[in-house]
Amino acid sequence: MIVVKGLKKSYNGLQVLKGVDLTINKGDVVVLVGPSGCGKSTFLRCLNRLEEPDEGTVTLDGQEVTEKGIDAMRAKMGMVFQHFNLFPHLTVKKNITLAPVHLGLMDQATADAKAMELLERIGLADKADTYPNMLSGGQKQRIAIVRALAMNPEVLLFDEPTSALDPEMVGEVLELMKELAKGGMTMVVVTHEMGFAREVANRVIFIDEGVVKVDKPPQEFFSRIENERLKAFLSKVL
Amino acid sequence: MAYLTQQFEILSALADNGGDLTAWQDGFLKFYRAFLANDRWLQYIEGVGTTLVVTAVALAIGVILGGTVALVRVAHDQQRPHHRNALLGFVNGAFKVYVTVIRGTPMMVQLLIMGMVIFASSRNFTMVGALTLGINSGAYVSEIIRGGLMAVDPGQMEAGRSLGLNYITTMVKIIIPQAIRSILPALGNEFIVLLKDTSLITVIGGKELLYAAQGIYSRTYECMYPLLGIAVIYLVLVMIFTWLLGKFERRLAQSDRR
Repeated sequence: MIVVKGLKKSYNGLQVLKGVDLTINKGDVVVLVGPSGCGKSTFLRCLNRLEEPDEGTVTLDGQEVTEKGIDAMRAKMGMVFQHFNLFPHLTVKKNITLAPVHLGLMDQATADAKAMELLERIGLADKADTYPNMLSGGQKQRIAIVRALAMNPEVLLFDEPTSALDPEMVGEVLELMKELAKGGMTMVVVTHEMGFAREVANRVIFIDEGVVKVDKPPQEFFSRIENERLKAFLSKVL
Repeated sequence: MAYLTQQFEILSALADNGGDLTAWQDGFLKFYRAFLANDRWLQYIEGVGTTLVVTAVALAIGVILGGTVALVRVAHDQQRPHHRNALLGFVNGAFKVYVTVIRGTPMMVQLLIMGMVIFASSRNFTMVGALTLGINSGAYVSEIIRGGLMAVDPGQMEAGRSLGLNYITTMVKIIIPQAIRSILPALGNEFIVLLKDTSLITVIGGKELLYAAQGIYSRTYECMYPLLGIAVIYLVLVMIFTWLLGKFERRLAQSDRR
């Protein structure tokens, strides 16, 4: 469970987050939407302190996420990036096993077996020994998801995972994310894929002007729109 | 060889007795004195050996020093605004001064200060020279390595850290291996510059190739052949290393999997 209280963050005097409060329960699939620049990515990156919040607290399972001991906390929060950020000098398998082995979570043999099992699951077992540049964007992103999964995280954070993909690749990545959600993985997803929000999320959150404006289950979120700015936003993206 | 020696003796006897020599014969005499008389070619070979050793020592010092400076400076610059480490800040400041001073003063002056002031009592001029070249090179190498480290996509650091790896592990396992690709070619150039700059250590008495040539022309009073000779030797050395570097870079490019 992640509890966020009074999260504030500014860049060069411009306050992006103005006190965000949010509780994410185990098994939640939370989709964050909002106009560009509204701070949804910043919020996500504050959760694992890739950005340092100016004020406010983030707790994971009752433990506050602070600069001290951040590595152990990050190991529990997998992150998937817009640009995949696979390690180009390592094979697919090594990409997946590097962190778990280095952090002592498993030995190389176990990690290899786990990597192969995960790759099997996404149908990319034959790519285990190739390098990332030999893969399509969709394949890269699915492997990046698997890399995060190999750590057995409590929660997965997705920062616009499909925004850098060619349109025909988006489906395969969303399909994998959908599968994870069904499997009970706790997920926080920043995305512009409203279809995904509608179908998979159990909460859709609209962040605007640095605060959480709307937090509803998708059926309600998309059908009974009371917030004027959300109405304007949705009319542009739907 | 014996024939050349015989010719030399005949011609020099002729010259000593005031006989007229053709330009070719005169040239031959000078060439012989510059390279062959008293087995002087051995001095050139010894000089080449020293030049290579000094280059290697200086490069080793330069890479170790430059690598350290670069890592400290990058680590310092990547700190969070509210979590600055005082010690790192101090070391970073010291290294910045080092880079500024070394890059801002002539190498010749640095050599003279090291040879005549700091190590004035040392008789091992060649190693003092190598040390100075290494310290000098370190400043330039640090900027090469720093540039290489900073050229790696910041997303790589974020990906490593978000997996729970600490800063040092992420550097060692993810950033540095990727940076090396862009660092090596520039480092090769630095190596070539260093090879030629070894000639400067003669100002403090370092016994490398130029020192050998100077020793010889101070005896024969004939500068052209020794100087042109070592110029050719430097050129050949540089050409060999350029060729090797080119081969090496092509291999790197081939294995470039990005």
